[in-house]
Amino acid sequence: MDVIDKNNKTLDYTPLWRLSLNRFRRNKLAVLGTIVLIILIITAIFAPLIVQYDRDEQNLLKIYQKPSKAHILGTDELGRDVFTRLLYGGRVSLSVGLISTTISVVIGVVLGIIAGYYGKKADIIIMRIVDIFMCFPFFVIAITMAAILGPSIWNVMIITGVLGWTSICRMVRAEVMSIKEREFVEAAKALGLTNREIMFKHILPNTFAVIIVYATLGIANGILSEAGLSFLGLGVKQPQPSWGNMLAAAQNLQSLQHRWWLWIPSGLLVFITILSINFVGDGLRDALDPKLKQ
Amino acid sequence: MKDNLLEVNNLKKYFPVLKGVFQKKVGDIKAVDNISFSIKRGEIFGLVGESGCGKSTTGRTILNLIAPTGGSVVFEGKTIFDVENNYEISDEEMRKLRKDMQIVFQDPFASLDPRMNVGDIISEGMLKHKIYNKRDAINKTKELLEMCGLTASNIKKYPHEFSGGQRQRIGIARSIALNPKFIVGDEPIAALDVSIQSQILSLLQKLIEELNLTFLFISHDLNVVRYFCDQIAVMYLGSFVEVGTSEQLFDNPIHPYTQALLSAVPASMPSEIKKRILLEGDVPSPANPPEGCKFHTRCPYTKEICTEKVPELKSVDGGNLVSCHLYS
Repeated sequence: MDVIDKNNKTLDYTPLWRLSLNRFRRNKLAVLGTIVLIILIITAIFAPLIVQYDRDEQNLLKIYQKPSKAHILGTDELGRDVFTRLLYGGRVSLSVGLISTTISVVIGVVLGIIAGYYGKKADIIIMRIVDIFMCFPFFVIAITMAAILGPSIWNVMIITGVLGWTSICRMVRAEVMSIKEREFVEAAKALGLTNREIMFKHILPNTFAVIIVYATLGIANGILSEAGLSFLGLGVKQPQPSWGNMLAAAQNLQSLQHRWWLWIPSGLLVFITILSINFVGDGLRDALDPKLKQ
Repeated sequence: MKDNLLEVNNLKKYFPVLKGVFQKKVGDIKAVDNISFSIKRGEIFGLVGESGCGKSTTGRTILNLIAPTGGSVVFEGKTIFDVENNYEISDEEMRKLRKDMQIVFQDPFASLDPRMNVGDIISEGMLKHKIYNKRDAINKTKELLEMCGLTASNIKKYPHEFSGGQRQRIGIARSIALNPKFIVGDEPIAALDVSIQSQILSLLQKLIEELNLTFLFISHDLNVVRYFCDQIAVMYLGSFVEVGTSEQLFDNPIHPYTQALLSAVPASMPSEIKKRILLEGDVPSPANPPEGCKFHTRCPYTKEICTEKVPELKSVDGGNLVSCHLYS
């Protein structure tokens, strides 16, 4: 026991999370993306404290005003403050992205692991379901479902979540199929672990890279499809703002040509958010891989 | 013959060959074809043969890591499976039994989960079988690391931070963590370079003595097997051709294949003159093994009966068990 106690004091390792954090910090783009996202999230959450107007406050005397001191980003067709609505719109867009991705990642990862690990019948059945889901164009189904369920923010989340799980399912399945042939899985079996323990303790952590990359892309996708559905009038209903339906509201020649403040800021925000999320995703993937140690 | 820890009877493992769109079964690869042997408690049993002759498959089938096609395995009086009598141990009982039978893998780079640190890798089994609580498991893990020649401070490191030899030590530590009675070493030293091989071998030797282990040592390195094992079985195309104690087998090989195999061992002294027996042709495909004695296509002494009848594994002069018509 002496030896062990002596060695206890001289442990010279850094815990994994700190290693990961250090690696993440070294990736400048990822740090930039994180900062931008944090700012966006904070402004969305604390919107009421930042702006002096109400979300739906109309002022018909001041419609289509250019950006000025009173209205940083001007006003829209009902005289509502565009900047205020952008911040509130961020709440919708970010939460749609997050929740729809969570839904699709949960469905996709669970089914993907089952298909890849058990193979045979489970694999065939799940993969045929994936094929069926994949052969319908996303927007056609999404529009149909939105039309049936009615336009609302929750429906948008569910639709994009339920329709978006197929690609991650396939990637996770492929990854699992290659991982399960590795000897450490056999070793886990030899130790007496159950299938479920092997799947979630050994195989799942080894698919994190794929899942994280997909999830970040998925959030971006969720934001985009919310924007798309709202743009078509099937997403978030007025007067609740989202970046998508603000873009949609500016969809006429007059606005596009002469009132840039109606559509450039919301478009830009979608763009910046997605870019930041992708940077963060890349950074996370590299940071969480214990094999890369620089 | 009493006190056999492990008894293997008529073990078979066939892998189906599938073809076409509908994956129709068109044949079998007979990786392990009807082998029987037993290992006494405390014995080191060597399994040698060319690559692809079914050594690893044998080891894995015994541990029930891959489903057998036929035969039975009895471990400590407990039947693990008996295909002919449609018996298979329940999953729950098998999991309990796993404590007593472990495996060390050939490739130290694939056999450790890259996302787990050494402590988690080694203590996983102890926690699963509730042998220790968390705190004790950590102490035990450190002890095991020291026992296997690593320092206890490595406990939080990840597998990629170690060299091949060190990783193999971790693999060995994992396999002895559950205090098993029986370990299958699936070419545990084949992926290591020679200087490390001897270190790992002496580590294994030490552990076998200290922990009173029974060992199934799979290898293709004849010199290693000769000095390491008590009993040796020579495999060819999924079947045993000769089984004997290591002295008998090396001093007096009887089967033509064993003779050829042993003649291929390089001489350790340049002055030593060795007669090399060169076999002609290649190993036949296990998907379509020759009729009769599997070795007859390459055997220098083929007789007519060899192409017709499968020779039985029989004792010759009270010594080695040999499967050859020349001696029956």
